[in-house]
Amino acid sequence: MTASLSSDSAAAAGDLSTSRVGKAATVSVLLGALVLAALPMVLPNYQVSVLTEVLIFAVLAMSIDMLAGYAGRTSLCHGAIFGTATYMTIWLAQDGSSIAVAMIAGVLMATMLAAVFGMLAIRTSGVYFLLLTLALGMVVWGICLRWTSVTGGENGLRGPGRPEFLNDHVSFYYVVFVCVALITLAMWRIVRSPFGLTMRGIRDSESRMQALGYNVPLHMFAAFTISGFFAGMAGALYAVFNNFVSPSAVALVLSVEGLLMTIVGGVGTLFGGFIGAAAIIALENVVSLYTERWQSVLGAVFIIIMIFAPDGVLGRLKDGFGKWTSRSSR
Amino acid sequence: MDRRTFLFAGGSLAASIPLSGSWMARAQGEPIRIGLMAPLTGVVASGGREMVDGFQMYFAEKGGLIAGRPVEIIVEDDGANPDIALQKARRLVEQAKVHLLFGNLLANTGLAVANYVESTGTPYFIPIIAADDLTQRHRISNVIRVAGYSASHFPRPLADWALAQGWRKAATISQDYTFGHEQCGGFSQVFRAGGGEVIGQFWHPLNTSDFSSYLGQLAGLGVDVIFAMETGADATRFMQQYRDFGLKGNIPLIGAMNMTDQSVIRTMGDEVEGIVSAAHFAEGSTVPATQEFVARYEAAYKNLPSLYGFAMYSGAMWIDEALKSIDGDISDTGAFLAAVSKTELTGSPLGTAVKLDDYGNPIYDVVIRSLRKRPDGRFWNEPIAEYPAVSQFWTYDPEEYLRQPAFSRDYQG
Repeated sequence: MTASLSSDSAAAAGDLSTSRVGKAATVSVLLGALVLAALPMVLPNYQVSVLTEVLIFAVLAMSIDMLAGYAGRTSLCHGAIFGTATYMTIWLAQDGSSIAVAMIAGVLMATMLAAVFGMLAIRTSGVYFLLLTLALGMVVWGICLRWTSVTGGENGLRGPGRPEFLNDHVSFYYVVFVCVALITLAMWRIVRSPFGLTMRGIRDSESRMQALGYNVPLHMFAAFTISGFFAGMAGALYAVFNNFVSPSAVALVLSVEGLLMTIVGGVGTLFGGFIGAAAIIALENVVSLYTERWQSVLGAVFIIIMIFAPDGVLGRLKDGFGKWTSRSSR
Repeated sequence: MDRRTFLFAGGSLAASIPLSGSWMARAQGEPIRIGLMAPLTGVVASGGREMVDGFQMYFAEKGGLIAGRPVEIIVEDDGANPDIALQKARRLVEQAKVHLLFGNLLANTGLAVANYVESTGTPYFIPIIAADDLTQRHRISNVIRVAGYSASHFPRPLADWALAQGWRKAATISQDYTFGHEQCGGFSQVFRAGGGEVIGQFWHPLNTSDFSSYLGQLAGLGVDVIFAMETGADATRFMQQYRDFGLKGNIPLIGAMNMTDQSVIRTMGDEVEGIVSAAHFAEGSTVPATQEFVARYEAAYKNLPSLYGFAMYSGAMWIDEALKSIDGDISDTGAFLAAVSKTELTGSPLGTAVKLDDYGNPIYDVVIRSLRKRPDGRFWNEPIAEYPAVSQFWTYDPEEYLRQPAFSRDYQG
């Protein structure tokens, strides 16, 4: 079965613990985690809140990557799943539910939505999958916009504020950091599990996996639902972070932004989500200080990345490091 | 000059008056930093630009001083998106350490920022954000609507005026979002209470390009008057198609002030003539203070001032007056907010005194305005009737009024 997998993904994750690339990857992941843990000690308060946002959006990007990179399905409704969790969390919290209960309900709601969407979407692939998920996401957006009595319509919902001990940015950051670390670990285990391998098999050849006796629709359904579950977790964290939700949290723009983060970081690299989220959020924050046309700058950067690193930043680094080690070992 | 942050050269002023050096040194002090948020990109970018223009025009006229202290204005683009607005507000408060926040255009951006400043206590002033509940059911003590208005505020006198014309049957058409629900709610409530009948209400999505189906239905209702609530490009298209479908001249068209605002009608022609709206400001007024302001604005920006420019200009003046009354000392937020609430604005382009009600919303002399052609061919809003001292609660008792639910598509009074 391994032989049927494309070589790049084998290099990417398959031999992670054995090859030199694998060792380097482990070291860089640990290093990255260390940097993320240490940064709030040196950064000013506002930047800590931006960093919190990076972590939350990295989870969204990774959940998209689970489908795009490992199952070969590019989703345009993950923003809507993310935002559904945000809506549910704020809606419950403003009615006096405890924040933990509200978050759990938000994640459940997002997972259920993902399951329904999954049932509808898994029968398609390629551009049809893209269009179907786009339409499903727009349905959620439409409901949030028009169901004024529940969602507050255009004006959105205002949350009750964070619990006392999370009010300051640094302590909230560390709570999010721990959550995101656990979520990332779980996702990494999933994509490296036999289930993850099956997903990659389906990506590379659906018909062959079918012939080998795998239940392809069931696997795709599970992959979609699990991915939606993680997007929902990001959404629930975002609810606590922003303490406000409006239809822009379920809009297509968010799905696209999540996908851009995945692509910039590197599709099929999982951890690329962190790089993509950091790059795009940093660009938004820094460039918009200097010009209103930051979106043009973002577009230009995106084009440059696509030309010089079509596999994303992390994909490019891996590729470069692989070449360098194989040359030096020769 | 740097577009983003512009700090007036207060120092050069001090240098030019050497004798009063010691006074200047005391008065100058640390600059007062104001975070100004406006949508400079996105669907309402033109309105956002005029907000910034009006705000900066005030301080340019005052030599860059607020209550004798230099002022530093940090402009941020909210992208007409509440999530971006929230992020920008965080940056302004936590990184740029502004003393106060100003601005935003769309209700959802304002509500997001209001919810954030509730936790930080930063004074936040909203001359444009009209969401009723910010000065009604969900008040936040540090969010004050200086020089602004609540959405259902002005359609009420307009409904009263329509009844006085002998019109008894009306229909409304509006963009389908809260700002529209609230304006139509204010109109319908007063119109019905006065013996009128609202026969049909139409809600269309934002950015509707073809109004034919709505206009067809409106024409067939047999109403005496149509109230329309449109903003931006929808307003332009609606008024054009209202004429194209032959309704103009047959059924009187009245509307929300934002539909006939300069930001909309500037590029339009005869199709807008005679449309009636109600507002606190009318650029075609004969009041000397208004005329002077319009002339200054026209000289500076080559355009007649819109609601956005006017409101931000007056809002800046309001804060300036309030700060003067406490000698420019902004360190005590509570005292500053109290001063703002107490301030009675006398020098605004309206030419009349304006003060806040107990709920933080101004009380205005509301004018009924009709669009007329100026000698130079441009259209502007000329006053045709006046309702003195109109509060956001119209003639109702505030406490009783607040017991009714907020306006929505399902609740129209």
